[in-house]
Amino acid sequence: MQTLLRTPLFERHVELGARLVPFAGWEMPVQYEGVIPEHRAVRADCGVFDVSHMGEVEVEGPRARDLLQSLLSNDIERVEPGKAQYTLLTNEQGGIVDDLIVYELDPSRFLLIVNAANREIDLAWLREREIPGSDVRDVSDDYALVAVQGPRSIERLELPDAPPFTFAEGVIDGVECMVNRTGYTGERGVELLVPAGDAVQLWDAVVSRGAKPCGLGARDTLRLEVCYPLHGNDIGPDTDAISAGLGWVCALDTEFTGVEELRRIKEAGPARRLAAFVMEDPGIPRQGMEIAGGGEVTSGSHSPMLERGIGMGYVPDELARPDTQLSIDLRGRSRHARVVKKPIYSREED
Amino acid sequence: MAADESYPDDLRYHREHDWARIGDGEATFGITWFAQDALGELVHFEPPEDGASVTKDQSYAEVESVKAVSDVIAPLSGEILEVNRAVADAPETVNEDPYGQGWLVRVRLTDPSELDSLLDVEAYRQHLADQA
Repeated sequence: MQTLLRTPLFERHVELGARLVPFAGWEMPVQYEGVIPEHRAVRADCGVFDVSHMGEVEVEGPRARDLLQSLLSNDIERVEPGKAQYTLLTNEQGGIVDDLIVYELDPSRFLLIVNAANREIDLAWLREREIPGSDVRDVSDDYALVAVQGPRSIERLELPDAPPFTFAEGVIDGVECMVNRTGYTGERGVELLVPAGDAVQLWDAVVSRGAKPCGLGARDTLRLEVCYPLHGNDIGPDTDAISAGLGWVCALDTEFTGVEELRRIKEAGPARRLAAFVMEDPGIPRQGMEIAGGGEVTSGSHSPMLERGIGMGYVPDELARPDTQLSIDLRGRSRHARVVKKPIYSREED
Repeated sequence: MAADESYPDDLRYHREHDWARIGDGEATFGITWFAQDALGELVHFEPPEDGASVTKDQSYAEVESVKAVSDVIAPLSGEILEVNRAVADAPETVNEDPYGQGWLVRVRLTDPSELDSLLDVEAYRQHLADQA
């Protein structure tokens, strides 16, 4: 039996009565009170997630930028100190080794926050391709990561306003942390990177300011409602960024691994696309279900905001346009869904 | 609001965490507090059709939470007389009241001898304790 890793906040999760599940080798809270109330708290107010299982990799040196520009899909020249960028680690076929956020700490030092399940894969990938003047280090064990998300998160933490995809040093109730204006819920919010030893103090401060503890269950329904892809479900080494709708994070005028293949796919037009859909019939779509006409569901769940089944899946290009009706095989029953423009859910402007 | 843990002593239980309330030649089926707690908030109930035959120990319906789908196992054999439409419309009723408003189906029993195979509340509680 494999031993599961625990984050510095594990004892807090137990005390809060979390239901703990194995996830990417970690013992993580899937829910506390329940997925639906946690989800709604993030849409209406503020929730806090322990995402310390995610990996942190530092790339440092006079040629760190050159290394990352040659391996990551987005244009790192457009990032400067204090700015962050969503980007992809791509393979020679244009497939997605991982999706990650890169933070420019200073012109010769970058922090990559990567998916927990891909930490070792990414590290091996980067180290094999290191060039003189670039040094790749796994700093995951040094840090905890706490995401505070929701329309009231900034006011609850008494943080200054700042644009998305920026970061700064900050102090929350005496705890120094890196305050990143990023997230995986579609709401305003921050991701707080702290030394592992300060994680409990930070968590307690955030919870006492009214953030509701939320598990990975709500994290998944929140990201699916806003169509953020999940690596391992919607994207992976065998899916390319263009078909996945991630062409906007591929700077095809730069040179990086797999760019020729991505240019070719973009030029020809992808044969299939990652479409978002809403169920018109009862039932909840799940990963792996077949979509009539040659498609497959890659993520599916119940939307707490729409109160119906929603999902994403690869379908032939001709079935990917909004308002197209899809037929999905829900365990032997053919049920209808409708393709919608991404995101599936967006806040009504008030 | 989820119900508090309870196992009424007037019900008969199946090891797959289903209950039956026995009447005159018919029975009402549902899932136990343990089952709804393990699943979490229910968001979908896929009912059988009226008149469908159900077979003891086999699946006759599905219940789904946000994270998972589960077959519902028939504690006894019979024919569906009625499906609880209130649960189809509001599956969370099962979480709120698993033995009352959250019943799933009413069934005409076809083999009363099967009753002997079900657990009484003490035996079901022991079964839960053995699983823990």
